[in-house]
Amino acid sequence: MSSLLKIGQLHKSFAEHALLDIDHFQLEQASAYVLTGMNGVGKTVLMRILAGLESAHVVGAQWRDQALVWTSYPSQLRSEIVYVHQHPIMFQMSVADNISYGLRLRSMPRAEVQQKTEEALAWTGLAAIRDRFPQGLSGGEKQKIALARAKVLEPRLLLLDEPTSNLDGIAREQVIALIPDLIGEGKTVLMACHDRDLIHLPQTQHLKLRAGKIEVRDNSARDEYPISQESK
Amino acid sequence: MSSDSGLFQAFLNALQLLLQGDADLWGIVALSMRTSMLALLIASPFAVVCGYGMAVNSFRGRRFLVWLLQTSLAFPTVLIGLLLYMLLSRHGAFGQWHWLFTSKALVLGQALMAFPIIVAFVMSAVQSSDPRLAETAVCLGASPTQVMWRLLIECRFAVVAALIHAFGRVISEVGCAMMVGGNIAGATRTMTTAIALETSKGEFAQGIALGLVLLCSALLMNAVLLLVQGDLGKAGSAR
Repeated sequence: MSSLLKIGQLHKSFAEHALLDIDHFQLEQASAYVLTGMNGVGKTVLMRILAGLESAHVVGAQWRDQALVWTSYPSQLRSEIVYVHQHPIMFQMSVADNISYGLRLRSMPRAEVQQKTEEALAWTGLAAIRDRFPQGLSGGEKQKIALARAKVLEPRLLLLDEPTSNLDGIAREQVIALIPDLIGEGKTVLMACHDRDLIHLPQTQHLKLRAGKIEVRDNSARDEYPISQESK
Repeated sequence: MSSDSGLFQAFLNALQLLLQGDADLWGIVALSMRTSMLALLIASPFAVVCGYGMAVNSFRGRRFLVWLLQTSLAFPTVLIGLLLYMLLSRHGAFGQWHWLFTSKALVLGQALMAFPIIVAFVMSAVQSSDPRLAETAVCLGASPTQVMWRLLIECRFAVVAALIHAFGRVISEVGCAMMVGGNIAGATRTMTTAIALETSKGEFAQGIALGLVLLCSALLMNAVLLLVQGDLGKAGSAR
């Protein structure tokens, strides 16, 4: 498997308190990772750094084996990495327009935008509510729209921050069912989560963030990992 | 009793002037509307961008600027008039423009008054918008200008409110218009300076008529604002 993102060192502190101090962090192409760890350990901050929403001291970074200068966020990553918030926010426009927003920014031909939007609506099963505005959409619908509007941009790396944290029942299952599709399309997915069903999706590697360091966990021994304690 | 009937008579005369389409009166209304609209058109693009810039950027002296900005909201308009008068008078820095006592001076004064109001309103609207809006736009590939458009559109009710508030301030202002316009009939006589003049002459009818026009335009603009903001309450409760 070839490398998607390699980071030699990543350091982030808030007011003298070192939150992240990571050595040799690597993500492979077309792979899925879950990132677990206690609340406040920095999972969201790490994802926000990778998405360019937070600054950090990063050295020795490589994107698809090309060296990156990461003094400010490397511009070539912007179109390759999409971060989805834990509680995604919708723009004041219809569901279909929310999904096509990123495509329209790229001044793509209208027919192509429409086709990709239709595919994404079909993928998430949201076609019936395509003209609805954000008011009154459920948490599950918003999460699916957020996944769809990230997917249509065809990023190589998707960062999903607790995609199922505020969902239960059918909505949660529907969102979980979408994630293997993303991995199957050759995208790399990094999810921060506490959700057992996500952690144990097939071919998912488990990264644990503890005391600012990343540990690679063996995902096969599912009962050794007391996730319920972690999420408390 | 006689003063009451005098006022009543003046009110009737005012209605008569309005309904008969008195040329002087409607000329003053048109001039006021024209200068205020023009001032707003000139000030608002810069002011909206400045308000946005102050909301999203952190730079040295930002708090100082915010302090000045908020002070300028309470700045007496006669002081703006005084400042402009000195700059535009024959020996002033811009004396060679010969703008004093012209409608250009009126527009300039009104644009200067509208500017800080729009900046302050837009700044507070953008600052209080959900940070995830800008972050989501950035993550989906928006350029800084595209993020600005998105945020301003998301805050459009507050932006429209800022423009209406600024328009209300400049059209109802009298101090600066009197000083730099000079209240010249047909050239720089606005609704407010006309009211001041007519009242000082003891002629209430035209003053009342113009007052009614001002009041009605304020009611109308705020009705429009309420109509476009109609779904705002629902948006808040859905969050």
